[in-house]
Amino acid sequence: MNLTLKIWRQKNANDKGSMVDYQISDVSPDMSFLEMLDVLNEDLITKDEEPVAFDHDCREGICGMCSLHINGEPHGPDKGITTCQLHMRSFKNGDTIYIEPFRAKAFPIIKDLIVDRSAFERIQQSGGYVSVNTSGNTQDANAIPVPKEDADMAFDAATCIGCGACVAACKNSSAMLFTSAKVSQFALLPQGKVEAKKRVQDMVAQMDAEGFGNCSNTGACEAECPKGISLENIARLNRELIKAKTAVKH
Amino acid sequence: MTKLDSKIPSGALKDKWTNYKNNINLVNPANKRLIDVIVVGTGLAGGSAAATLAELGYNVKAFAFQDSPRRAHSIAAQGGINAAKNYQGDGDSIYRLFYDTVKGGDYRAREANVYRLAEVSANIIDQCVAQGVPFARDYGGLLDNRSFGGVLVSRTFYAKGQTGQQLLLGAYSAMNRQISRGKIKMYNRHEMMDVVIVDGKARGIITRDLVTGKIERHGAHAVVVGSGGYGNIFFLSTNAMGSNASAAWKIHKKGAYFANPCFTQIHPTCIPVAGELQAKLTLMSESLRNDGRIWVPKNMDDVKAIRAGQLKPTQIPEENRDYYLERRYPAFGNLVPRDVASRAAKERCDAGYGVNATGQAVYLDFASAIERYGKETAHVQGLDENDKALVTKLGKQVIENKYGNLFQMYEKIVDENPYETPMMIYPAVHYTMGGIWVDYNLMTTVPGLYAIGEANFSDHGANRLGASALMQGLADGYFVLPYTIGDYLADDIRTGPISTDHPAFAEAEKEVVDRLEHFINNKGTKSVDTFHRKLGLIMWNKCGMARNKEGLTSAIEEIKVLREEFWKEVRVPGGMNEFNDELAKAGRVADYLELAELFAKDALHREESCGGHFREESQSEEGEAKRDDENFKYAAVWEYTGNPGEAILHKEDLVYENIELKTRSYK
Ligand SMILES: Cc1cc2nc3c(=O)[nH]c(=O)nc-3n(C[C@H](O)[C@H](O)[C@H](O)COP(=O)(O)OP(=O)(O)OC[C@H]3O[C@@H](n4cnc5c(N)ncnc54)[C@H](O)[C@@H]3O)c2cc1C
Ligand code: SF4
Ligand code: FES
Repeated sequence: MNLTLKIWRQKNANDKGSMVDYQISDVSPDMSFLEMLDVLNEDLITKDEEPVAFDHDCREGICGMCSLHINGEPHGPDKGITTCQLHMRSFKNGDTIYIEPFRAKAFPIIKDLIVDRSAFERIQQSGGYVSVNTSGNTQDANAIPVPKEDADMAFDAATCIGCGACVAACKNSSAMLFTSAKVSQFALLPQGKVEAKKRVQDMVAQMDAEGFGNCSNTGACEAECPKGISLENIARLNRELIKAKTAVKH
Repeated sequence: MTKLDSKIPSGALKDKWTNYKNNINLVNPANKRLIDVIVVGTGLAGGSAAATLAELGYNVKAFAFQDSPRRAHSIAAQGGINAAKNYQGDGDSIYRLFYDTVKGGDYRAREANVYRLAEVSANIIDQCVAQGVPFARDYGGLLDNRSFGGVLVSRTFYAKGQTGQQLLLGAYSAMNRQISRGKIKMYNRHEMMDVVIVDGKARGIITRDLVTGKIERHGAHAVVVGSGGYGNIFFLSTNAMGSNASAAWKIHKKGAYFANPCFTQIHPTCIPVAGELQAKLTLMSESLRNDGRIWVPKNMDDVKAIRAGQLKPTQIPEENRDYYLERRYPAFGNLVPRDVASRAAKERCDAGYGVNATGQAVYLDFASAIERYGKETAHVQGLDENDKALVTKLGKQVIENKYGNLFQMYEKIVDENPYETPMMIYPAVHYTMGGIWVDYNLMTTVPGLYAIGEANFSDHGANRLGASALMQGLADGYFVLPYTIGDYLADDIRTGPISTDHPAFAEAEKEVVDRLEHFINNKGTKSVDTFHRKLGLIMWNKCGMARNKEGLTSAIEEIKVLREEFWKEVRVPGGMNEFNDELAKAGRVADYLELAELFAKDALHREESCGGHFREESQSEEGEAKRDDENFKYAAVWEYTGNPGEAILHKEDLVYENIELKTRSYK
């Protein structure tokens, strides 16, 4: 197929940036979206132009490195997948495709389609862990059974890949889904309960400090999350937060 | 030979590690604060090492080229992690895990290291559970296990098909705790460009900030490299796009010997290559071989009809299918080790029985598992076991529960529903057993320079068993290196901070900058990827699943020619002081082009078949690999002398005192 690509080009953080048009031909439907961009870049290099910068690594939907806003949706039109799992069979000959970076105040653009998601790092550093030493003096793993249901729910929350699509999908650029996934994972497990109160307060405080917006429950994040992280996690975070705050009062 | 001292402690195998730990030098907590350690890489190995070193009190600087430690390639591991817990009561033990690993590695690993690995394995699981890693559990709330290839027990712990992700998030959380305490300083989007050696000791590194292009110097009392494997030397592999050999190759050029570079694992169950412009291959976890049966048609007519689209695999009756692994290896069946399964697939496809258009695919079929599980579930729930539709429905649910995300991944890529039709799979490059040579302390031949995880050569011999890389990475990082490094650092408590003004830093930095400038100013005619793809083809065709003297000899010549052309013709657009992916890639491909020659040279010299290294000249009449213990029972350890083709071979003889050397048989 032949396609028109409209791609955001921006030299660096200080550059203004603009959309630039590219034509690409002979795209096979079995190609992945990022392979299509590889082909475009190969072509740009041979023409001595600068290739389009985009983030990617695992190319199988697990590392959370790839991003991209494709035709107005984070990770493109298909549900439940990342950009790197998107294939060209989701498009048809003659289509025009708009490719932009994830947009959010807390995710400044580094170059072209690459954004800086270090705000997520700082949220995790503020409390996304269990304070256990790694020196090996731990009790036997089966000493504390965990009901399968809780373990499965904790696992579901833990599958968040930290891609940031939830933030990009949200009109307020809220990071609630991301933050709640980590809070939930630990809230559901006995190992995480000890520090639960402090954790939720610290992580929410850091989230606010990073300039993410408030959650107004539109559910856009859940709809675009490639890992199906559910809004229930946000509800759980809110419950944990109330618990923590009331506990602190008396 | 003076430098190759493996430092294996004396005493009985099972006491070595404990006695050794009790006797090595320690650095007291107050003095640890005076010592800086650099950790390159934050995958399972580097991430766990950084966290533990920081927790012990050292000042850690950690580096990764991704934008977060959580995105290291370890994240992609699917199937699971081994540990000798014997929770299933099926006769597992430290000795059995040790034995399986040495045998699985085709008797080319060091006994003492492997035993230690098996010994600390159980503790890894305790550690991870304490961190909140959500492993799969059974209905009683206890941890669940599955089986992997090459073993007869169930010792693999897992978190659906995302075990690596959950383990890495565990190590990442441990790192985050130390980052928030100020004990780890994390440098994301930073690439190590070279190591700096001062007076014979590793004392720092040169890095490039991948966002700004800034070249930086970092000093430390010791440098730990956990930069992963070099499978991407084949261009197409299951490794992440950014995985590279550069950190390992750079330290090799500065004095760290490189062991067994030709030992590569080709994984039997990957999604076959679809087109010429493909950028990477996708693994379908080995755990699928617990339930999937591998086959090709028995009759050539069926093969032809399938390729022509006139016949569907589901239409071929049982008696016309060749379940070739079950046929050739009745004892292990579909769960033979990877090297054996891969060669068997190649053998069938070379004989013309491949089932896709390229002739390079076999089936992995879940129909019988779906039926078996469906019947079981129907029975348990008191439903009609003879209702075919019901049984199929129930069976599919069980399969979905176990492998849901893998099936989804397959469907997204291939556009076929694997619940309805068998998957098509083919072997692909997956893992590198070879790597930087290390002694029992995980120290390289350069004092103060360590290598951990996939980057080193230890533990897996000539073939790695499934679910053992995660185990090794975490064992190295959590439980081994943090202690053994103390033995070396004990002498450094009075050294004081390492200054980066030493001429060795300036010299290393200049070399780095010169090379980058060359790439930018070269203005050649071909992209970096053009060369990488060409190299990949040479490697796959001549240094891949089957190797022979003629092929390897010509590979060496072709690699040399390609390398020369690369330096003349490569084109890198953009500048140095900015984000420039092509520039980063150019450096990595330049290193692959050197490592590739050593790889082929190593494969050529090893005139035996062992593990993943199959020399066509050395096989039995039935086509099984023939090892030659008399002449090759050693690790081939290469010393760099200025040109990969002229590397000097040192041999570490492998001594087996606790295991009898046998022909590996899975029949
Ligand atoms: C698809 C797939 C599935 C797998 N499944 C399993 C499994 O189920 N069980 C199992 O046991 N094993 C599995 N493996 C193997 C296992 O995942 C790896 O061997 C292991 O994770 C390697 O860990 P590591 O810490 O050594 O390196 P990696 O995880 O590769 O980490 C390398 C680190 O080094 C950094 N780095 C590299 N070069 C530089 C540089 N120059 N400068 C700065 N930083 C650098 C990277 O940023 C990264 O942080 C699988 C492998 C693949 C490809
Ligand atoms: S919650 Fe979903 S969308 Fe948000 S970072 Fe996690 S995986 Fe990405
Ligand atoms: S590249 Fe890893 S999730 Fe897309």
